[in-house]
Amino acid sequence: MAAIPKPEELANISFRPPGRKWMDTKPEFKEGTHCHAAAPKWLEWLDYPFPRSWSTYDEDWKLPKNWKEIFLVGFNDRLNKYRSLRLFMDICVRCGACADKCQFFLGTGDPKNMPVLRAELMRSLYRRYHTTAGKILGRLAGARELTEDVVKELYYYLYQCSECRRCSAFCPYGIDMADITILGRELLSSIGLGIEWAMASVGSCFKIGSHIGSPPHAFKDMLEFFADECEVVTGIRPRVPVNEKGHEILFIMPSGDYFADPGTFNCMGYLLLFEYLDLDYTISTFAAEGGNFGYFISHEMGKRLNAKFYAEAKRLGVKWILGGECGHMWRVINQYMDTWNGPADFLEEPVSPITGTKFENAKSTKMVHICEFTADLIKHGKLNLDPSRNAHIVLTFHDSCNPARAMGLLEEPRYIIKNVLPPGHFYEMPENTIREKNFCCGSGSGFNADEYLPIRLRGGFPRASAVRYVHEKYGVNHVGMICAIDRAVFPPLMDYWVPGVDITGIHELVGNALVFPGERERVVDLRKRPLKGKEKEAEKFLEEVM
Amino acid sequence: MTRMDLQGFLSEKRHLVLERWLNLIFETYPPETARFLKREKDRFANPVAYEFHEGIKGIYEALLYGMEPDRVSYFLDRVISIRAIQDFLPSGALTFIFLLKTAIRKELEKEIREKGVPEELLEIESRIDGLALLCFDVYMRRREKLYELRVDEVKRRVSGLLRMAGLVVDLDQKNNKEVKANEF
Repeated sequence: MAAIPKPEELANISFRPPGRKWMDTKPEFKEGTHCHAAAPKWLEWLDYPFPRSWSTYDEDWKLPKNWKEIFLVGFNDRLNKYRSLRLFMDICVRCGACADKCQFFLGTGDPKNMPVLRAELMRSLYRRYHTTAGKILGRLAGARELTEDVVKELYYYLYQCSECRRCSAFCPYGIDMADITILGRELLSSIGLGIEWAMASVGSCFKIGSHIGSPPHAFKDMLEFFADECEVVTGIRPRVPVNEKGHEILFIMPSGDYFADPGTFNCMGYLLLFEYLDLDYTISTFAAEGGNFGYFISHEMGKRLNAKFYAEAKRLGVKWILGGECGHMWRVINQYMDTWNGPADFLEEPVSPITGTKFENAKSTKMVHICEFTADLIKHGKLNLDPSRNAHIVLTFHDSCNPARAMGLLEEPRYIIKNVLPPGHFYEMPENTIREKNFCCGSGSGFNADEYLPIRLRGGFPRASAVRYVHEKYGVNHVGMICAIDRAVFPPLMDYWVPGVDITGIHELVGNALVFPGERERVVDLRKRPLKGKEKEAEKFLEEVM
Repeated sequence: MTRMDLQGFLSEKRHLVLERWLNLIFETYPPETARFLKREKDRFANPVAYEFHEGIKGIYEALLYGMEPDRVSYFLDRVISIRAIQDFLPSGALTFIFLLKTAIRKELEKEIREKGVPEELLEIESRIDGLALLCFDVYMRRREKLYELRVDEVKRRVSGLLRMAGLVVDLDQKNNKEVKANEF
């Protein structure tokens, strides 16, 4: 029988992980550390290459016979096509400014989530196949062969980058890690490697209308239901104009706003605002998705989904497009749309029909963010707002990565918040965690799969840590945000790290505060929670309506 | 076996023991990560190190002076909530509590060499074993929470549809005599 070790001997065990070189450390595909493989059905729907059943847990990922050639040719093509990619491969000087800025590194503690090292996964291939030193000296020059293990490592880590671009904000050269990730994911797609959550969303959006796969009549039913709910709370039933031709504006929102709580309450806020303004608008059941998971897979797929906006705008004969509180939709609009599907010269330069403001920033894309639209209305005194109806809310604002870093939308949501909340009800999180330095929710770019929850909680921890600070210091009980993925993933994030903090969209708060002529006295908010000081009336009201 | 005022000694050496313990915990991460965890002092730029630091301060306090179990669990949770969802096996996640033994022994090295193992060390180590048992409870609560969140998330995805279909009711509301879901 083996001797039982003495406590002193046990205490001598080293808990330090072996200091292996990064090239020799392989990822382990355990449950919760990666997204599951895409089912063949979605690839077939999209005419994507190599649909097959495969599993990340298997040794054999059933790659096509010529996978290596496809990958390397594709890499070469992209290096020639995108000068930025070649620059990003060449220019990094390992200064380390980005290393500790990624929330996935901070939360997982895995060094390969340092952006510099994540990019190195691709750079090592670039050196091996595109530089003389790498070709001759190999590993000595930081180069390595493309093998199946390398492909697996790319799959593992490129799907632990949420394309949030926080690292880019700190890089002195402006290297865009998100672009490297996007192109890396494109190459993985080209050999039949995709994740289920993203491919299912893309397939559903392409074939049916939205990421969640709700058909047109279900979408319309949901909107009618929200109009009913608005009527219960406010006495006003907003119109729901769907697929109507000849209006001025096409409104597009992310599916999270009509499918999942708490986004649904935000959708009620939109409907109420448009009713208040008597806005000449329509919603399309074919452009029923503001989000664009295609962009998380490849530029080509992003382009295909984005094209629906403009096809619908043309079909319905609108003058311009108004977009809801979505995150990556706005990066797509601001940075890709014009190259992919522009110019949208059949549309007109957006002008607010209420204030006459010209949205010159949207001259090319013809698409205006609803926060710009609403902030402009408030600035011109066009909304009668009663902030006391949000007095039960003490708010902090989470800048969503894409509106903040890809379009600089920092002030407009804050301006709205300050006008719909009573004074002293809004508190900022610490300076190095907001605005262009915001921490990502940890679930962007197709990560909101439930099997991925442990990684999402790790990646979201730095954000949650700052929320906890304002929660404990100022009694913050809600986080406001303008992204549907945020609204979908923050509830579990808060429930795990900062219980007692709820989530809200900004237009839900607008809907609460908006005073309609002839409305019934409000005693509950859009979620039917009692307003402050109206608890008794609310109880009676709820007895009547429930 | 000798006797000494170990509690007084550990109280006096509090900062040294805590620093040694924290560094040992950091070293359960890959070297590059450990370097960062040690270096960055801003709590928002390095939230993991901050939580660990706050957690172990409380745990050390509990070790020396005793503490209500709920309060101890709160401090244990500040460390365990993070390690329970990181890439550790349960044993690896809870290693940190046993590293406190290592940190204390290291601090006592000179004393032990000169005078032998102090009797009180056994008592302190037993208390650490007691803390380790509490760690199991906290760890399990966190893992159960993780699975609960997965279920809640799925529910949240369909809650709007259920409301629309009139299939959910709030039984707390008065006058809610019928449960519409029974209409199936």
